[in-house]
Amino acid sequence: MDTPEPLFRRLNWQDWLYALALMVGAIFAYQQYHSFMDAYETGFLFGAAIVFSWLGWYWKPVRLLIAGVAVISIVSINLYGGSQSRAEEAFLLKYLISSQSAVMWMNVMFMLAMVTYWLSLFSKSEFAGKVASSFTWIAVLMGFVGLMVRWYETYLVAPDVGYIPISNLYEVFILFCLITALLYLYYEDRYETHQLGGFVLVIINAGVGFILWYTFDREAHVIQPLVPALQSYWMKVHVPANFIGYGAFSLAAMVATAYLLVDRGILASRLPSLEVLDDVMYKAIAIGFAFFTIATILGAMWAAEAWGGYWSWDPKETWALIVWLNYAAWLHLRLVKGLRGPVLAWWALVGLLVTTFAFLGVNMFLSGLHSYGEL
Amino acid sequence: MRFAVSMLTIVGIASIIGTVLKQNEPYSNYMVQFGQFWFELFEKLGLYDVYHSIWFLVILLFLVISTSLCIYRNTPLMLRELKAFRENATEKSLRSFSHQNEYGFSGSAEETESGLAQFLTARGFRFKQLTHQDGNRLMAAKAGSYQRLGYIFTHAAIVIICVGGLLDGNIPLKVQEMLGYKKIETLDIPPSQVPDESRLSSRNLSFRGNMSLPEGGQANVAYLRVRDGYLVQELPFTVELKEFRIEHYATGQPKSFESDLVIIDRQLDKTFEHTIKVNHPLTYKGITLYQSDFQDGGSGLAFNVWSLLGSEAKPTSLDGAIFDSTSFGEGEDALKIEFNDFRLFNILNLSTDGKGKPRNVGPNVTFKVRDAAGQAREYVNYMQPLQLDGKAYFVSGMRTTPQEDFKYLRIPVDTEFSIEGFMALRAVMFDSQAHAEIARRLTADTLNNPAEKDIRENFERSVIRLLQLFSQGGYTAIATEIQQAIPEAERVKAAETYIKIIHAAAFEAYKMSLQRSGRELVLDDSSEAFLKDSLNAISDLFFYEAPIYLQLKDFEHREASGLQLTRSPGKNLVYSGSLLLVLGIFAMIYIRERRIWLLIKPNEGKVLFAMTANRKNRDFDLEFARYSEQLHHALESGTQERTT
Repeated sequence: MDTPEPLFRRLNWQDWLYALALMVGAIFAYQQYHSFMDAYETGFLFGAAIVFSWLGWYWKPVRLLIAGVAVISIVSINLYGGSQSRAEEAFLLKYLISSQSAVMWMNVMFMLAMVTYWLSLFSKSEFAGKVASSFTWIAVLMGFVGLMVRWYETYLVAPDVGYIPISNLYEVFILFCLITALLYLYYEDRYETHQLGGFVLVIINAGVGFILWYTFDREAHVIQPLVPALQSYWMKVHVPANFIGYGAFSLAAMVATAYLLVDRGILASRLPSLEVLDDVMYKAIAIGFAFFTIATILGAMWAAEAWGGYWSWDPKETWALIVWLNYAAWLHLRLVKGLRGPVLAWWALVGLLVTTFAFLGVNMFLSGLHSYGEL
Repeated sequence: MRFAVSMLTIVGIASIIGTVLKQNEPYSNYMVQFGQFWFELFEKLGLYDVYHSIWFLVILLFLVISTSLCIYRNTPLMLRELKAFRENATEKSLRSFSHQNEYGFSGSAEETESGLAQFLTARGFRFKQLTHQDGNRLMAAKAGSYQRLGYIFTHAAIVIICVGGLLDGNIPLKVQEMLGYKKIETLDIPPSQVPDESRLSSRNLSFRGNMSLPEGGQANVAYLRVRDGYLVQELPFTVELKEFRIEHYATGQPKSFESDLVIIDRQLDKTFEHTIKVNHPLTYKGITLYQSDFQDGGSGLAFNVWSLLGSEAKPTSLDGAIFDSTSFGEGEDALKIEFNDFRLFNILNLSTDGKGKPRNVGPNVTFKVRDAAGQAREYVNYMQPLQLDGKAYFVSGMRTTPQEDFKYLRIPVDTEFSIEGFMALRAVMFDSQAHAEIARRLTADTLNNPAEKDIRENFERSVIRLLQLFSQGGYTAIATEIQQAIPEAERVKAAETYIKIIHAAAFEAYKMSLQRSGRELVLDDSSEAFLKDSLNAISDLFFYEAPIYLQLKDFEHREASGLQLTRSPGKNLVYSGSLLLVLGIFAMIYIRERRIWLLIKPNEGKVLFAMTANRKNRDFDLEFARYSEQLHHALESGTQERTT
């Protein structure tokens, strides 16, 4: 009889090598830069090594992704050699792995992935599904390379400008696309189904569209220094936690769309069963809710340090609360009351509108303390 | 449960109001925005400070009470569930389960039982064994019971967070205000004159106030803004601002705001210095001081005052200071000038398409000019010329109400990058005695010498008439004249001709103005642009609504730092509630409570396997199927579980 073994016993030498490489990397970074880091940042550095080790152990493809991102980013940084102008001179940088080019490749790959996913859905081709999945992985790889290299580029602008590139709308949209895609890839792997890709890639490509518009019309990719309020270690945890929430809620809404279609008999023979759709939707909202809660709490702690109070009823804060209440009610209905079915799918879909307003609408229509990402 | 969801919805909807309507603005703004009737209605509803209004607090209180009741009612049940093994299940009740299976076994009952015990333990189940009267052995097992704690934690967390928040909110103040102990002060008076009923002692448990300190200034009170007034919060120490600094990036954007503070504690006879900046506050005696903003601290200003609508070519001087006012002129024409703000740095994006980089355009000063009737207009003047569309202008913005955007007057710079060229030209254009001379010179230049005398005189007369009109109302006056005096069919042509004449006359005036100030005429593209811009500017003077232009010549910068001071004893409560909330959410979502019963029936040689979960979902179905398969394999094939 198979006995389930705890995670640690299931690890093989590759897992340990991977974790070791992460830890060595963290120690190297610490040795090089510890004089520029405060206690929190040191904590985050080693915390990241531990969290990503665990993530790679728990879900193996992450190991390869992180290794790929690390290798390509290091190559790119070496090509820069400390000079910003190399982005236009070095062939590899100009066309492939400068932050701007990598992000563009991410955009292209996401678009290709969406088309291929839909193709696989309609042709019922397993092969097309795998190709689409590879496109998505490459997009995620290039996106993370783009962010890592951009992190380095901010320091090339001027040493005192350097910041983690999750600080303005352009950067967080990249983060949003990446996190949503990763969450999707996880469920794709765990549920062994490529059929939802077409749906999820729609929302990711909406993000891609925004990035393109923002780049070409507003030149948002140009690196601008941070305003004083954003210069804090809190940024490094508050923003990613928030975007796991936004990404998961978006994913849930797209799965909810598929659910509603299947419920009406549309594409029912091609999409997963209602039971699976319901399960993915629930899991996405659950993880989104957990991280959104953490993000909001971290935000409150940051606010206590920057604005003088953990809660100021600033429009962004209030809308975060509204999003939280919305999904709290959703989970309450499902977990405590045991509700299932199209009502929850509709709710998840409407939830996306609320989330989108909290994410974008507040910046566009309401003014307040959070006015960093103005359109 | 329905009730809980409705509660969450109500709090959500109530919260939206405060994001749509800007909160805590000066009451006059709301008055202008909504008008008398709606203003009063909204005020009664507390919409200007929704989150501190009575009704909102009542909703929150209701949430706290109902959640507490939920906890009170359900916790004993949950704790019982957490401990119980439900070992009194009978075969009959187990058979009614939706998830159950029966297997035969070949070994001895004891062997089977120990095998099953291993099976359960390896999967994280704890169990209780007992023998029924009929000799059957029951193993009642459970896993993931701590999911129940999730319920208790999350609900308790909501109560704790709300209580912490309410503690830091203004409930105690609200109560004191309702009982008449405290009253909001609405008059603008020095803090020492504020009566006791509007003062809060330094023992006040929780507050969030502001203080603005000019460099070199001291204060031992903070202001709490409440609705349309304020309260004075006394502090157990004195704060002095030594210096306020703004550091800049190379691009000109601000990099950090820092205040060097001196804290003087008279009670402990202790003094120390500390620098605070954004994201790096100071906590002393339970009060946290934050860098919140900065203002002017009363900078000294020196102006050249140019008369705009007369023929005076030289300026007079005027001194002032921010937050001060001064008067200018006499009698009915006397103006009161109130200086409101001075900014050393102004980062503006002046590129035409908005795509260029924002850059620092230098200092500006904001002031109000109030006429004898009490009517005020607000102006913002930039000290240095701004580059607009590739040309440099002295820029002054004007508006009549704070709700409007500024409308800008652009005065072109002369060849020496100064305002004097324009002012000299303006003086000549507005000098009615010079009009005849301009007309004479223009006629001489334009008409051929043998032209007839009456044609010449006619032309001169119309030039003078045009100059007169222009100096009385700019292009608008000429347009009105055209409207009144010329048939519609000829208007376009006449307008073109008039504008040509005005331009030509202005060129003569320009030459005269240069002569008057003893300067050389340099003719190039820029002089033509200068003339055109000058005429536009002169024409706009009639909409500028002030007869003078204040040109900032010099300043002595003095800054004030805006501090926020808070004491929030509820903070730790809120944080611990938050921790509980996160733990609770993870427990609720990621711990799955499941129960297994294994009824071993030695007489029949069979094992009944039944399983249940308090949340039936796909994971549970999959787990049941897996266990069924594994049990089938283990029991019916007779092999024992591999020990590890």
